[in-house]
Amino acid sequence: MSSHYAAARRPLNWLEKLREVNWRLVLLITLIASIGIAMQYSMAGGHLEPWAAPQMVRFAIGLLLLIAAALVDIRVWLALAYPAYLVSFLLLVAVEMVGHVGLGAQRWIEIGPIQIQPSELMKIALVLALARYLHGMALEDISKPHRLLVALIMIAAPAVLVLKEPNLGTATILLADGFSLLFLAGLSWWWILPSFAGIIAAVPVGWHFLHDYQKRRVLTFLNPQSDALGAGWNISQAEIAMGSGGLTGKGFVQGTQSRLSFLPEKNTDFAISALGEEFGFAGCVALLLLFAIVIGYGVRIAMASRSQFGRLVAIGVTLNLFFYIMINAAMVMGMIPVVGIPMPLISYGGTAMLTVMFGFGLLMSVHVHRHVELPRSSGGII
Amino acid sequence: MPLFDRKDKSRYAAFTRRSLMTGAAIGTVLGALGVRLYQLQILKGDEFRTKAEENSVSARLVAPLRGRILDRFGVELANNRRNFRVLIIPEQALGGVEAALDTVGRIILLTDRDRARILRDIAANKKFMPSTVAENLTWEEFARINLHLPYLSGIQPDAGETRDYPFSDELSHVLGYVAAVSVRDQEADSDPVLELPGFRIGKRGIEKSFDPEVRGTAGVSRVEVNAYGRVIRELSRDPGAPGKDVWLTIDRELQKFVVQRMGSESCACAVMDVATGDVLALASTPGYDPNLFNVGIKPTEWRGLLNDDHHPLIDKALSGLYPPGSTFKPAVALSALDAGAITPQFSIFCSGSLALGNHIFHCWKKGGHGHVDLHRGIVQSCDVFFYNVARRLGIDGIEAGTHKLGFGKLTGIEIPGERAGVIPGRAWKEAAYGAPWLEGETLNAGIGQGYVLATPLQLCTMAARIASGNAVSPRIVRVVGRSPQPRPELARLQFPERALAAVQAGMNGVTNEAGGTAYTWRIPDPGFEMAGKTGSAQVRKISEAEHLAGVTKNERLPWKLRDHALFVAYAPVSAPRYACSIVIEHGRIGQHPDVQMGRDILLFAQQRDPLKLAPAYPVTAASLAQAPPPA
Repeated sequence: MSSHYAAARRPLNWLEKLREVNWRLVLLITLIASIGIAMQYSMAGGHLEPWAAPQMVRFAIGLLLLIAAALVDIRVWLALAYPAYLVSFLLLVAVEMVGHVGLGAQRWIEIGPIQIQPSELMKIALVLALARYLHGMALEDISKPHRLLVALIMIAAPAVLVLKEPNLGTATILLADGFSLLFLAGLSWWWILPSFAGIIAAVPVGWHFLHDYQKRRVLTFLNPQSDALGAGWNISQAEIAMGSGGLTGKGFVQGTQSRLSFLPEKNTDFAISALGEEFGFAGCVALLLLFAIVIGYGVRIAMASRSQFGRLVAIGVTLNLFFYIMINAAMVMGMIPVVGIPMPLISYGGTAMLTVMFGFGLLMSVHVHRHVELPRSSGGII
Repeated sequence: MPLFDRKDKSRYAAFTRRSLMTGAAIGTVLGALGVRLYQLQILKGDEFRTKAEENSVSARLVAPLRGRILDRFGVELANNRRNFRVLIIPEQALGGVEAALDTVGRIILLTDRDRARILRDIAANKKFMPSTVAENLTWEEFARINLHLPYLSGIQPDAGETRDYPFSDELSHVLGYVAAVSVRDQEADSDPVLELPGFRIGKRGIEKSFDPEVRGTAGVSRVEVNAYGRVIRELSRDPGAPGKDVWLTIDRELQKFVVQRMGSESCACAVMDVATGDVLALASTPGYDPNLFNVGIKPTEWRGLLNDDHHPLIDKALSGLYPPGSTFKPAVALSALDAGAITPQFSIFCSGSLALGNHIFHCWKKGGHGHVDLHRGIVQSCDVFFYNVARRLGIDGIEAGTHKLGFGKLTGIEIPGERAGVIPGRAWKEAAYGAPWLEGETLNAGIGQGYVLATPLQLCTMAARIASGNAVSPRIVRVVGRSPQPRPELARLQFPERALAAVQAGMNGVTNEAGGTAYTWRIPDPGFEMAGKTGSAQVRKISEAEHLAGVTKNERLPWKLRDHALFVAYAPVSAPRYACSIVIEHGRIGQHPDVQMGRDILLFAQQRDPLKLAPAYPVTAASLAQAPPPA
């Protein structure tokens, strides 16, 4: 134990930090991403182009980003929390005004050659900002109405903007991330239980504010056969793809469903249906177990951190990952309506890959800097 | 975990507690996902696997090309021609079937009747099975459909092959026809090719009896399709096998001559090779155009065929049953000689009638023939002579002898629908009427009347058997594909040669002796002479009063009541090669049209015989050597 104290008091140099990185977790993440790349390869009919190769490049960049983020001192992240949130928020506002309309929704903004999805950035930024806000608060302060109101505004403001894009899935994840952080920081049950009741009561009211396509998705979800060639198509075809895999699947690059354009978004949101088809129940359970281990690592890292900021950031990015997995898997398996949420590390897509890897980087930074003490009033080193 | 901040202690405790709760929640959710996976992939896996198969791989049958039917020299009697057609796949008609048909109807003509038929087909078929909208389109119509194709959802143009019978009604009863597959056909035959839209199977004639050979086997093209049914690529292709060609024994030129010669009579004719049993011509008139059934016969045309009193749909040559009348007499004579009931020298006195009990049996010649022996009996067709022969022979003898000549049983020709006819006997009558045989009925049987019934093909077989003394049976299929049909070894019929010669001489006398019933219409050309036997079959009862007053001439009776005219013959007399039988329904009028017909047919058949063709110039060894080589 004494060595930890020593380590905590003396700032680590970058080589020591590199040694502190949890390489087993990095290996695990690489393994999951490899599965994703393999599926992209398979869905292209056994070709690296057009999906597997870019996905590999993105993962490589993501890996560098992870390591880089891990080496950055946690105090830097603490200091950057609010600015990052502000920038993300402004980008969201910008997307609202000038955003590129992709797939019927304004989600992307172009800065030079790169397309940015500010809503993805916001997921990380919200975790950082909320963690910082809650870090500076004693347990009993959190439940005070004016403190709570600030937190709620921090959560709701970006969520509303994202919902207007419209992007129901990401908005849901933002809300889920935010509320879980409040819950984990120790928000009083007196707030939690009535809110739950309120949310359930508000569902019928919220229905009116949904877009037509969102309503249709919900209705289609409730009865996919009603529109088997239209909106219910994704659901029934994804189910067929998953289901036809059976116990061990049809074999690599043997999936007929995923390869033959039965799934319009086969390589993005519905990517795991290809896994289900080609590797069956065994493959899907294996993937879920790998993710469960990653989540387990995340929770352990959170609980091992000596700062509330570190704990909340670690659990925040872990839960963010979990929400992705849960919503995507449940959607592909026909348990919830179709929302545009990719499967982390598996689905094709640049922004999602980079945000997820950056999230892991933050998690790793918390791990590397688990002994760093952050005074509650501290604004970090910046 | 050491704490640097006292206030952090409670936060850390709360965080740990709630982290563990969250971890439990995460575990529960992941577990739920696992359960759903289990349900989806293990429990319902098979169901979804089937769905995925249907989704992606589609086996499409490739219709085999139907084999041709050829005459003995290779002339195509039934072949295939290009058929441009338009199909509809109801499932893919996005605006509905009605709308799709409306659009098609603006491009090509669709009558209300067509539409009703299409909708009926669609209702009977599965939604993904194509149904025929229109076929036998002209190239222009077909091109118009293809031009408008982008706006025609669910419509599929198709260039297939369809059956064609170039000689129309000339061979209708031999070839039969093909027609659309009925529900009953599908139940009886599991061949999946029957489900193809517009597929045709043989319904009658050779088309029916050789349908399995002519049909071929369907090819299978396995294609990968996307969700819209568009073919991505062909996975494999089994080309199937086209149907085999069937070579008939028919000589189309002779057939054409026969049919033309039969004209508009309600008539049946068979021409057979005496040596082999090959049927060279087989006709029943009037016929019908088999093409009508292929393209879909109109109700008016169908009613016309059904209501015609000349019965064009009935194959009279095989399934028409006629009392053979006097054409039966050579068979009775041969049976009697064979059984020893008479000798060729047997003679009687014909006074014009014979009394048996209280019944009088009349000869066709009112004054009688006077002294009649076997030869004169046949040549002048004396009824009283054959009454006496029949009495001596008895019904059992008639039964046995005529069976040997092919009566009373199927000839076994390869065309469906043949009937066996009737040679009555004691057992037969007991079974049919529950009454004992009467001697008077033996007398009637002796002149081919009463219960005796035979088909024209059986009469032709009889002529061939008497001419050759062999157990010749008619056959009409020579080769299927590349394999010649087995030809049964010809057995002698075991008739005494003397008996055969006596009957043959009698038949020769019919045509070639002055006083013979057909002498006027003989073939005079040397080497081409025919032998034959005339006959007529009453279709009405002639009362005793009418016999006394004089039998009404056929010419004065309505068509339906006139006697049938029958004629059997073979030629050439010296070395019989061609046997022929003719039945003209209600045709016993004027100058023996049946005999004239037989004469012309046998003459034509012999003239076509390559062995009989006289060289244009005398062939000598010297002329062969000088002849220029063939071009």
